[in-house]
Amino acid sequence: MAHFEKANNLNEWLDQRIGLNTLKRVLNTEYWIPKDINFLWVMGMVLAATFGILVISGIFLLMYYKPDTNLAFDSVNYTIMSEVGYGWLWRHIHGVGASIVFLIIYIHMFTGIYYSSYKKGRELIWLSGMGLFVAFSAEAFSGYMLPWGQMSYWAGMVITNLFSGGSLEAYALVEWIRGDYVPGDAYLTRFFMLHVFLIPLVIIGLIVLHFGTLRLPHVNNQEGADIDYEEAAALYKAGKKKESKVIPFSPVFLSKDIFVMGVYFILFFYLVFYHFDFAMDPVNFDPANGLKTPAHIYPEWYFLWSYEILRPFSKDVGLIAFAISQVALFALPFIDRSPNVAPAHKRGLFQIWFWALLVIMITLTALGKLPPTDPLFAAMGLVFAVLFLLMGPALFIITMFEKKLEKGA
Amino acid sequence: MQEEQKERRDFIGMALGATALVGIGGGLGFAAKRTWDPLPSVKAAGFTTVDLSVAKPNELIVEKWRGKPIFILKKTAEMEANDRDVVIGSDRFHISIGLCTHLGCIPAYKKDDHEFFCACHGGRFNASGINEPGLPPPSPLEIPPFKIAGTELILGEAGPEYKKMLDAGLTV
Ligand code: HEM
Ligand code: FES
Repeated sequence: MAHFEKANNLNEWLDQRIGLNTLKRVLNTEYWIPKDINFLWVMGMVLAATFGILVISGIFLLMYYKPDTNLAFDSVNYTIMSEVGYGWLWRHIHGVGASIVFLIIYIHMFTGIYYSSYKKGRELIWLSGMGLFVAFSAEAFSGYMLPWGQMSYWAGMVITNLFSGGSLEAYALVEWIRGDYVPGDAYLTRFFMLHVFLIPLVIIGLIVLHFGTLRLPHVNNQEGADIDYEEAAALYKAGKKKESKVIPFSPVFLSKDIFVMGVYFILFFYLVFYHFDFAMDPVNFDPANGLKTPAHIYPEWYFLWSYEILRPFSKDVGLIAFAISQVALFALPFIDRSPNVAPAHKRGLFQIWFWALLVIMITLTALGKLPPTDPLFAAMGLVFAVLFLLMGPALFIITMFEKKLEKGA
Repeated sequence: MQEEQKERRDFIGMALGATALVGIGGGLGFAAKRTWDPLPSVKAAGFTTVDLSVAKPNELIVEKWRGKPIFILKKTAEMEANDRDVVIGSDRFHISIGLCTHLGCIPAYKKDDHEFFCACHGGRFNASGINEPGLPPPSPLEIPPFKIAGTELILGEAGPEYKKMLDAGLTV
């Protein structure tokens, strides 16, 4: 047995048993963060905090929600909204949180793309991040089923039908996923299980992995500079804090994180109290009805761009285009052939590519919300969907010819 | 010798463990798959009988069968005949599962244009349920298994008229 001495305080007692001081050093006081970063680097911690808020509000909703097709709608829209004390607050926090988390995810992703933070040792950060994006999408979709309103039912119908694979006609697979011919009771309960247990568990695992993949490469910085962390850390520890290029994660960087989070949560709760309606689709306040499709159905805003890639094509082509668009971003670190880790404004054509990608995705999002009746918008949808698909090969080609930058720092 | 024996034991242990893992994993995997299957009570979902004598020309009736909407449209004399029509005496009916063959929304019947319009992604079907080419739906509206008994239609049972359509490839 290992040798234990009498501990003088709790810290020592814990240090002997679980190596507390080592943990603190590795994860906090000697986890070095570059100085040359901006507020966009706080988005990761903002995401972690928003996930926390979603978990807490979800726990309270879980106390009264009933996963049964006869009871679900009323348990949400009547019991939680008007009977349970402050039930409306948890629901509005949960709804606003689920919407805003995607806004922050998109900002976080585009920050990573802009500063080339997905390659040269950071591939796994990117891949685990994309895993989180997929897991959050599944979490948002399964949660959307739970109030069992018209949008829940019809979104469930359309999305599960995607698994028939077009001409493959895999209806047995669709019925297997649903546990029924159409979304019904078995369907609701299994998506309830996924939403409150399995997917959150996967998300927590992926967050741990995402943080783990960050530890050795460290976060990138505004110039994409290769920092000698040992040298910089030595300077910092020797008291030359001004000369060193780094600061410790805790307490120095964390205090900046917390400041930005403070501002973020003021905005967040402003939305929760005064503008929660943007996250609550009015059509979903009608109970699910399998014999009546709403006049115009569309997904939540964060899925609109991929939905718009499905829509302008015939069924099979649409499904293939959709499938490609869902996985294409995973491949980003491998499509980008350039040797440079640098902000987009120093990478020539890549800068144009970056802004084009952003504009294409925003345009697809706007078009996805419009009804499918206008031929002009339908044609635009087709053009932008094709442009999106061409962005992959375009990146491959322009980065192949990208000149190697001389690194100043 | 000593070392060799230890390696041998390690190997036997690992091999046994791996076999057990595959066995338990496979067994539980199968159980998990079966748990997700539709329940027998869902699969046995009964038959629905509809009386067609009450139908009025060019007015869509929507019935429910296995949770799905069923379109019943009595055609007027002017409306084009089609092999997919269910014929009872001198009356012709269009009968189909009212779920768009693209991704399953319910198309709305436009009385004046004699066509079904799907609001989800803009699909169109004519009054015989045939999809208009070039739009997202890839195939005509599906015909549910049916049997004719006098003026009644039994949904869920495959009668000779239905089997004929199936053999002719008019539905899947
Ligand atoms: C939704 C849950 C997520 C959480 C909680 C999370 C958390 C974090 C945190 C705390 C950081 C370090 C601080 C920062 O640079 O912002 C980080 C960095 C990073 N994340 Fe995420 N993230 C999430 C999703 C994603 C997604 C969807 C992607 C994109 C696919 C992604 C890609 C990255 C990249 C590339 C970095 C490195 C940035 C750099 O080196 O400068 N993350 N993440
Ligand atoms: S579901 Fe009808 S057009 Fe897509």
